[in-house]
Amino acid sequence: MSQFAINVLFVGGSFAIYIGIAIWAKAGSTRDFYVAGGGVHPITNGMAIGADWMSAASFISMAGIIASAGYGASTFLMGWTGGYVLLALLLAPYLRKFGKFTVPEFIGDRFYSKPARMVAVICLIVASLTYVIGQMAGAGVAFSRFLEVDATTGLIIAAIVVFFYSVLGGMKGITYTQVAQYIVLIVAYTIPAVFISLELTDNPIPPLGLFSDHSASGEPLLSKLNEVVTALGFNEYTAMVDNKLNMVLFTLSLMIGTAGLPHVIMRFFTVPKVADARWSAGWALVFIGLLYLTAPAVASMARLNLVTTIYPDMAAQVENYEDATANPIAYADRPDWIRTWEETGLITFDDKNNDGRIQLYNNAAAFSDRGWQGNELEVSNDILVLANPEIANLPGWVVGLIAAGGLAAALSTAAGLLLAISSAISHDLIKGAINPKITEKGELRAARISMSVAIVVATYLGVNPPGFAAQVVALAFGIAAASLFPALMMGIFSKRINNKGAIAGMLSGLIFTLVYIFVYKGWFFIPDTNNLADVEANWVLGISPLSIGAVGAILNFVVAYLVSSVTEEPPQEIQDLVESVRYPKGAGAAIDH
Amino acid sequence: MADDKSKAAAYWKANLRLITGCLIVWALASYGCAILLRPLLAGISVGGTDLGFWFAQQGSILVFIGLIFFYAWKMNRLDKKFGLGE
Repeated sequence: MSQFAINVLFVGGSFAIYIGIAIWAKAGSTRDFYVAGGGVHPITNGMAIGADWMSAASFISMAGIIASAGYGASTFLMGWTGGYVLLALLLAPYLRKFGKFTVPEFIGDRFYSKPARMVAVICLIVASLTYVIGQMAGAGVAFSRFLEVDATTGLIIAAIVVFFYSVLGGMKGITYTQVAQYIVLIVAYTIPAVFISLELTDNPIPPLGLFSDHSASGEPLLSKLNEVVTALGFNEYTAMVDNKLNMVLFTLSLMIGTAGLPHVIMRFFTVPKVADARWSAGWALVFIGLLYLTAPAVASMARLNLVTTIYPDMAAQVENYEDATANPIAYADRPDWIRTWEETGLITFDDKNNDGRIQLYNNAAAFSDRGWQGNELEVSNDILVLANPEIANLPGWVVGLIAAGGLAAALSTAAGLLLAISSAISHDLIKGAINPKITEKGELRAARISMSVAIVVATYLGVNPPGFAAQVVALAFGIAAASLFPALMMGIFSKRINNKGAIAGMLSGLIFTLVYIFVYKGWFFIPDTNNLADVEANWVLGISPLSIGAVGAILNFVVAYLVSSVTEEPPQEIQDLVESVRYPKGAGAAIDH
Repeated sequence: MADDKSKAAAYWKANLRLITGCLIVWALASYGCAILLRPLLAGISVGGTDLGFWFAQQGSILVFIGLIFFYAWKMNRLDKKFGLGE
């Protein structure tokens, strides 16, 4: 069977399962649509959160980024997991006790203010929509690579699939499809990793293999990797970063952003009890951790494999690295996976010195006496996970599995985000502000229409990407961190924060973060409208626009506190509400009102 | 009623104490051992690198998982002890 047929079989088969589940679990009421009837077990919910959370960025890009940046990219590993501690301790159980459907609803009720609710709706839509564009684009690329269609067709296929199972199913459909998607994606991620770990370290468990000895050389894997990459003029893989402040703030932004992203928070409304919300967060992190503990192993092993593929002399024990780097392979002898990926343009070779060999190194004058004229092989970070099975010579069905896994990651996150957007529009904007008398049926219809519109917008922007995929993700986290998280946390932990304080805090956190990003990335991401070049020398105190969300969050806390302390206390019934949210006793199912 | 109130206050105080403790561990594992204190831990080697690197790419995630389950377990006991559970 051809690779194409295998891919179609795996991708098609997994999709048939997802859509089948969505139809089986078709939502009947608004409660079903938003919160799955409140009857989801913590382990099931944990898996669904895992699928919701692990997007194309986690599945496809993260290991590639770690492979190229080494220690410095640990930010993503810690940031995207550490946020769950904040969620479990500071938000999830209380929001579950509060027992409503959406994040803006909590903010509106707690701060007894419609404007606060609308500000939260705006923050939610901007954060979720920007994030969803990235997912659709990622799904489009994966479809086009594995189904051998062009990128636009791939994206349209993705949009149709998302439409079917999220618009028809609602939260209930999504919860169970996401459990299936989690299983597909984690199996797809770990199988190639296990084989590669066995091959390189004789240890079948990748996270243990990472800290084991490299079998071919007898040295610890990471020391071997450090020697190999420094011999080629790259930074040591495990080297410390210079700008620690920025690393701390970037990690903090990702953590707070994780805890503030509405599509994840929403998941905690779907458990039967407050205690289950706490357990759900723990299970979610266990399931997410399986991938996040495997990713750094995949990263370092793939980096070593790549280098030793080009320089076979470095594969085993090396006496003299200077000699070992002298004989890169001939371009004509390159392995098949390099050939396949060259067709996508994600690997490019440029024979600068016309010797027919592939020189992969960090441009340094060191090798100019050999007649080398610069690095000749460019490998995109994004292909690493997708190419992993091919690099390790695994059979065709593993490649098909990876295709299904990558798509599961992108589509499950897109579906979760779309649900958060549609409920904000139908429940908070339409029912909460424009037409409070809307019937349950009308609200459900509004939710489905707004979801369809969001899919069309996201698909359009995915086809015509404004060219800022990476910035968009940073913006989504920055907004969630600087606007929603502080308001939610203060709403629970302080009785003194009032409506004026919350609104002032959210707006100042949001605007400050946006302005800082726009100054370096261009106003509304329009190219060439940035005031300063986005380089470290220009950053205030060395803080990058990616890390600014943490500062925005701190500003939000400070402003909300100051404004609240010079204005009046919240009314007694609001203080009682805060009091009641703090104790699990008397939590009913999510209230339909 | 007054008794309920003081019980609730004691429960909340115990919860805040627990949260503070957990967040100190959370920060020590990630911002501490993995980033700021890494140079101090450089002497402790783990599989070809140092303890700080292990914390950054593996240890902190394990600590996070442990923390959430520890907190959930402790809170369940607090809920029962103060009679404020569901």
